[in-house]
Amino acid sequence: MSDVLAITESRRGALRDVSYEMITAGRELADELGGELHLAVINGDVDAFAEDLNRTGVDAIHTVDAGEEFNHDVYTQAITQLYEHLSPTALLMPNSVNGLDYAPAVAGGLDLPLVTDVVGFDADGGLEVTREQYGGKVETTYAIDHDAYALTVRPAEWPQAGGDGDAAIEAFDADIDEDAVRSTVNGFEEVGAGDVDISEADVLVSVGRGIEEEENIPLVQALADALGATLSSSRPIVDNGWLPKNRQVGQSGKVVTPDVYIAIGISGAVQHVAGMKGADTIIAINTDPNAPIYDLADYGIVDDLFEVVPELIEEFGGEAPEL
Amino acid sequence: MKILVTVKEVAEVEDEFDIDGLDIDSRYLDYDLNEWDDYAIEAAVQISESADDVEVVTATIGPERSEETIRMALAKGADRALRVWDDDLEAAEYLDVNTKADLLAAVVEEEDPDLVLTGVQSADDSYGGTGVALAERIGFEWAAVVNNLDLDADAGVASVRRELEGGVEELTDVELPAVLTIQTGINEPRYASLRGIRQAQRKPLDVQSLGDLGLDASALETPIERTSMYEPESESDATIWEGSAEDTAGELAAFLREKGVVEG
Repeated sequence: MSDVLAITESRRGALRDVSYEMITAGRELADELGGELHLAVINGDVDAFAEDLNRTGVDAIHTVDAGEEFNHDVYTQAITQLYEHLSPTALLMPNSVNGLDYAPAVAGGLDLPLVTDVVGFDADGGLEVTREQYGGKVETTYAIDHDAYALTVRPAEWPQAGGDGDAAIEAFDADIDEDAVRSTVNGFEEVGAGDVDISEADVLVSVGRGIEEEENIPLVQALADALGATLSSSRPIVDNGWLPKNRQVGQSGKVVTPDVYIAIGISGAVQHVAGMKGADTIIAINTDPNAPIYDLADYGIVDDLFEVVPELIEEFGGEAPEL
Repeated sequence: MKILVTVKEVAEVEDEFDIDGLDIDSRYLDYDLNEWDDYAIEAAVQISESADDVEVVTATIGPERSEETIRMALAKGADRALRVWDDDLEAAEYLDVNTKADLLAAVVEEEDPDLVLTGVQSADDSYGGTGVALAERIGFEWAAVVNNLDLDADAGVASVRRELEGGVEELTDVELPAVLTIQTGINEPRYASLRGIRQAQRKPLDVQSLGDLGLDASALETPIERTSMYEPESESDATIWEGSAEDTAGELAAFLREKGVVEG
């Protein structure tokens, strides 16, 4: 059999969206391989999670009752033992922050070739997977010539599975060696709270790396002011300390759904896109016509933001700051 | 205490480029220090500045060209550098994550560090796997995507924050020795000072072959092969306003008025 074992993910008492995406991706690969789709549910309320994950296309769900929250030492042992029990052809894991915290260790321990952040697969005559490189400017394919392999799949790339399933739900009794658990998760903290909640804004003027210098931020702030909009940013601006964390749009920041999102000097890295693709109208101002942001944008200006933004501010009766 | 920092030189692509076979034509590539590794170097140098007897060593898998990048790490405060390369590596078509972990594991065996810092990922192929794969090889504990580090070397514990999705951070204690993969924003990487750049020229930069590390070409065998590279078909159906900045700004302004974002 050429089965697929897909690992699901939960946090703080709830399954994460990527878990339902793992079903869709896993089913697609299992169909190509001609095998069954098995899911693993490893921590939290595993029985309730398994019921919820019993959707169309799942053949079996294995619950491992191993603590309330994710711990990579526990995950690594549990997945390794379940893998050895099932011997699937493909081990599928989410390319989430936690996925990246155990997938390379599991693959290494099981001596499986690993390809991360996969966005497509084709199992017609051996497995070939697709991923992006150079910040999404190119796609590459890789052939894996091995009898079994480990893949991490990009979140939000496959739709979430729905429907009612009739999977067999079985408890798997993993033998966790506590001496090998050498990390302790002590808790969680929400970050990025502040006086402004960008997820509530109707219009966002968002600034990215193209702004070049901290001294240039007031230019974009002036545009936001002239429009009565809220200022947000992509990750590098926050990393540089030019704006506080509560302004960050993206995977590790806030998910926003404004009516209008004006992306200024933002290339559109996948982590940023995850946070803003739900905007109703997306407008991009960027010098690079091939920037991934244009794949999402409804409108665009391919020009230097330092030329366009002052003109825009003037259009709305504002005054561009001297840079 | 010894801290090993893995440093990668990454290729950046110009806005316009051509693909030559299985890679981007080298004429369109510029090389630079991997952004994530820059933060890892800074984290290591800050530890060395706050305690006595901390040595910071960098390890790079890369050709001679990468020495420029390595000197940058030395100029920022690393004490010495090690570069792994030889004819077999030059001839290798593709180094997968397990191969890189094997090479770096051989470096760790030789250097015996207490702590290994790597960037979360590299900017060019965004694999994100080498640090954790390395930890598994060498039997170190680890933490991925660390954006805050509080090291208690005496107690043998690194208290870290891991940056999860959606503005949530996980607070975790990790036993040393450990590999930590460092996220951008954990600190503010310094610029290399002129004095640092001068000093970097005199710091040791050793080159080691596979043989020096007790490996041979079989370490580079991988079942993974790159089969194609192409520009993704643009999914863009964006309306692009064209003309002078005044014209395009005017078009956008008219649109925003029409949409009711701005009155009048």
